[in-house]
Amino acid sequence: MLVAVLGLTAYLWQFKRTAARLPIAPDSAHVAPPATGPSEQVTLYVAYDSPPALYARAGTIPLSSGRQERAEGVLRALLAAYTEPEAPHPLPAGSEVRNVFLVDPGLAVVDLNSTLANSHRSGILTEELTVASIVQTLAANVPGITRVKILVDGQERETLAGHADLTAFYDVGNVQRMVEEMKPPQ
Amino acid sequence: MRWSRLACLALVLLPAVLRADEKRITIYTSQTSYTLLVQERSGQDFVGLLEILEPLGSVSATTQGRTWRLRFNGHNSEFTDGASSAHTPENDINMPVPFRLENGRGFVSLTALPPVLSSVLGTKKVIFREAARRLFLGNVILRYSTDFNRSPSRLLLNFTAAVSPRIATEPGRLRMTFLREPLVPGSNLTQTFDDRAISSVSYSEANGTAELTVTGASPLFASFSNEGRTITLSTAPQAKEPPAPAPPPTVPQPVPTQAQPAPTTMPPPAAAAPSPLPGTPHRYFAVLDASHGGTERGEALSPTLAEKDLNLAFARALAQELQSKGVSALVLRDSDATLTLDQRAALANSAHPAVYIAVHTSSQGRGVRVFHALLPSAVSRGAFQAWEVAQAPVLALAQPTAGSIVAGLRKHDVPTMELAAPLRPLNNLIAPAIAIEIAPNSSSIEELNSAAYQQNIAAGVAEGILALRDRLESAR
Repeated sequence: MLVAVLGLTAYLWQFKRTAARLPIAPDSAHVAPPATGPSEQVTLYVAYDSPPALYARAGTIPLSSGRQERAEGVLRALLAAYTEPEAPHPLPAGSEVRNVFLVDPGLAVVDLNSTLANSHRSGILTEELTVASIVQTLAANVPGITRVKILVDGQERETLAGHADLTAFYDVGNVQRMVEEMKPPQ
Repeated sequence: MRWSRLACLALVLLPAVLRADEKRITIYTSQTSYTLLVQERSGQDFVGLLEILEPLGSVSATTQGRTWRLRFNGHNSEFTDGASSAHTPENDINMPVPFRLENGRGFVSLTALPPVLSSVLGTKKVIFREAARRLFLGNVILRYSTDFNRSPSRLLLNFTAAVSPRIATEPGRLRMTFLREPLVPGSNLTQTFDDRAISSVSYSEANGTAELTVTGASPLFASFSNEGRTITLSTAPQAKEPPAPAPPPTVPQPVPTQAQPAPTTMPPPAAAAPSPLPGTPHRYFAVLDASHGGTERGEALSPTLAEKDLNLAFARALAQELQSKGVSALVLRDSDATLTLDQRAALANSAHPAVYIAVHTSSQGRGVRVFHALLPSAVSRGAFQAWEVAQAPVLALAQPTAGSIVAGLRKHDVPTMELAAPLRPLNNLIAPAIAIEIAPNSSSIEELNSAAYQQNIAAGVAEGILALRDRLESAR
């Protein structure tokens, strides 16, 4: 028995040492939306490239009751709209929301995956549409959110794809005004 | 050890919080440069040995009584509190000032650093400029040469590697402070030029930094090129002077509030360029920033067209258009140079223009999108505007400027949109800042590369700027 305990201890210690030496691989597992949960009416602010605008679209999706899970759920539904064929504002296949963290008072931290950022089309307007749709969709469906911070793979990033600033916190009111300023091209 | 990682983090963040009056030492290596605080004890300057070695390899230390054992990259050294001799992997060394042990931290005097590091690191290439507290490890030294041109006066500083100094301008001089670059001077610390506009450049170093100061009678401006290896110092151009006023009436007139030559009974005064404040030096009216550049390509518009190159072409066309209409314009990036967003903002702010235009190109959509800043949440305290919202005081002028540019483009049959955008460095500019994103007006991306299209866009934007010229000029 003593030999068995000592042997197991030695094995666990060796296992821990090996695990500590291994590089931590980026978590590339897909994060799936909850398979169950009551269906709820949500408003997704869907971006359209041509003409460039944001449109509120009502939909029904299964959502968990928690605020954080709700935030993640609506954003995953939003990104799903962008990765379908014939999407009005195409995003790269594999674009996902890794997490949404709600920090009181009123701050939502959205962690996107690097697939979305690294392969996002580069341009002021196209990146701005993505950012605005994320901010507006969160604000419309998760009461109390006043500011949004966007990360990529858990890290701060200077821009989304070379243009839209990701170092700042997005004020929901400011983004709302920006969306209202979007006018059809002359 | 977790605390060693925290120490590394502190080393990275320390430069951001060091006060100007604190003693510092800067260490330059081929991988990185970093700055540490210097502690004064009994009239001697000391620095933590562990902190110096942390960024250079695997290091740890243990204390046993008065003995401090250091392990660096698998090799052991031993120091004793209050003792001048130490045992290192290479040999036993004798330090001019005894080692100090305080709360488990080992400190060596700055004077002892070269022999200690040479032994611990196993390298002879340790150069210590002790008066300036700058320590060079390995082949890291960066040199510069000067090249002065006349007509117009221009001083080129060519560096052996890319640099990113902090630039400050004041009347009569422009100072470049090199915080991270292992810059050393040539044989002459000061070079003088027989020129009133740019009279000299001098090198100095102190407290862990190096500085180049250029003096001249005119306001000076610095621009980067050659991927950050060349800094060109030039003078801001004189604004085009209006024609001399008509002979004044014999009855004296009251001095007007606008900057116009005041009519008097005396002969016509020499015509002076309009200026809101008497004696304000002339500056570039517009700074045009060709976005991206160098290692930052921007959008790949086609297999052969990169956004950075088209941005530069449009910026040059716009500069030419403005200058042909008597408006001085500076192209901030006039080559394929890599500039950070902060560098662009700092350079543009130092030029004190009346307007800043960032130029982008895109394959998406049609026509031109004109953006003003969408400012993030930030709090400014007292008289100082937060960097993130430096644009805030002039946003009310940036918006009509964007509108005027839209109107100018529409006169040239260019489809337009006017929007706010979360786009740096617009929010860091102290002048009204606009970004334009130019897309083709047809289905062909190649249109962006056509001189005719570039000229049409430039004409439209210039028309919009000129329509607000007086208002922009009077506001700066």
